[in-house]
Amino acid sequence: MFATQVYGDNGKMKEYHYTGPVEHRFSPYSFNGGTVLAVAGEDFAIVASDTRLSEGYSIHSRDSPKCYKLTDTTVIGCSGFHGDCLTLTEIIDARLKMYKHSNNKCMTSGAIAAMLSTILYGRRFFPYYVYNIIGGLDEEGKGAVYSFDPVGSYQRDTYKAGGSASAMLQPLLDNQIGFKNMEGVQHLPLSQEKAVQLVKDVFISAAERDVYTGDALRICIVTKDGIKEETVPLRKD
Amino acid sequence: MALANVLQSESVDFSNYGRKCRGFSSSLYETELGLESVGGDNLSFAVRTACSDGDGPERKIQFLHGTTTLAFKFQHGVIVAVDSRATAGAYIASQTVKKVIEINPYLLGTMAGGAADCSFWERLLARQCRVYELRNKERISVAAASKLLANMVYQYKGMGLSMGTMVCGWDKTGPGLYYVDSEGNRVCGDLFAVGSGSMYAYGIVDSGLKQKDLTVEEACDLGCRAIYQATYRDAYSGGQVNLYHVHSEGWNRVSQSDVLMLHQQYQNLTDQ
Repeated sequence: MFATQVYGDNGKMKEYHYTGPVEHRFSPYSFNGGTVLAVAGEDFAIVASDTRLSEGYSIHSRDSPKCYKLTDTTVIGCSGFHGDCLTLTEIIDARLKMYKHSNNKCMTSGAIAAMLSTILYGRRFFPYYVYNIIGGLDEEGKGAVYSFDPVGSYQRDTYKAGGSASAMLQPLLDNQIGFKNMEGVQHLPLSQEKAVQLVKDVFISAAERDVYTGDALRICIVTKDGIKEETVPLRKD
Repeated sequence: MALANVLQSESVDFSNYGRKCRGFSSSLYETELGLESVGGDNLSFAVRTACSDGDGPERKIQFLHGTTTLAFKFQHGVIVAVDSRATAGAYIASQTVKKVIEINPYLLGTMAGGAADCSFWERLLARQCRVYELRNKERISVAAASKLLANMVYQYKGMGLSMGTMVCGWDKTGPGLYYVDSEGNRVCGDLFAVGSGSMYAYGIVDSGLKQKDLTVEEACDLGCRAIYQATYRDAYSGGQVNLYHVHSEGWNRVSQSDVLMLHQQYQNLTDQ
């Protein structure tokens, strides 16, 4: 879908005041919205995303999840420009196969993260417009979350929100999982049930206030027994 | 080019797009850690459309993006102190960024500017340093390592890389400290502070270094205090203070202190 500069880079429509001759340039990017979230626990990881695919004022699809399964222990969530999300996940799948064939083993979550960083930086001067978050289990079986920026800078976190509602979700996670700005509170480790419930609550809040988030929530829970998927409906307006 | 060569060896070549399509803007919010690229931003549209006027005031104000990193030489080596905040515009993307990159057990690099630029090129530098070691059967000097880095990024001068880094280490000639950036600067010195909070940090370190012959503990406290004061006054710096000490045996991580804790600590000291 061609997008002109009228949309601006974050998908918000610009004012329609006539200011004089306006030159429209072809932009190779478009903003398709969506929010992704990942939480790492003691022996599990959760990657969740909404399933709305939008562009400007329209919704293209209500069933377009942004979590992609990479291996039995790793799931990636990609939001931003859907075209780049699709190509990027295809490239990662191809690289995973190549690694498996050369090294006779599956890539670990940490290795996938390091590889994704170089894949993204390879396009430093024409970036993939994708905000990635990888969730999975590390070699010791502990939950791991890796968050990226569009050109490949990454770090390991305990929890991270990315995409259009990230600025709304991240402070809530900082408070509930990171216990930030809470005094005299016991730091209890996060159980899987509590984490799943928190993710659901957090997305319900995001759907209330972010136009690009809604329709349904897809949760992928990664444990040593495999990947379980759950779908929860969200506001459709 | 170095970038294409490195990535080509491991994968299908997707990196050629960058050569032809350089005109396309990356006004995406890439995580910024420090300085704005001074010498002309090649990544913007050639024609300013009316639609970009909404961002006009932001683009005209050239402010340094958030970070404070500092390093100084003293009698017993080099102290490296950094904050840990990464911002994407006005949003704090992370408070726990590792801005000191461990190139090898006796060389450290700091990160300011584009996070991806710094971590990628310094990781590449680590690879080059290892190759040097294998070829020459001896450790690389700080001067040579910083020169390698400077030459690598000089090929991309003007293309929009944003990187301001200090290469710190200990080699045959003693403690080494070089400042290298994406504009092509490479300078040797005894004290550097880089980033939006650098001015505040300079003030503290300059006054502390007047007394000659600091002990290791005094120097560490000085570095920590300088970063803390910078985070206090600079909105774009914060998080934690990561402190490293480089000595003749290599580097070691001295401490990681949350700025909030430091504030209470210094507050108690002044109250006493």
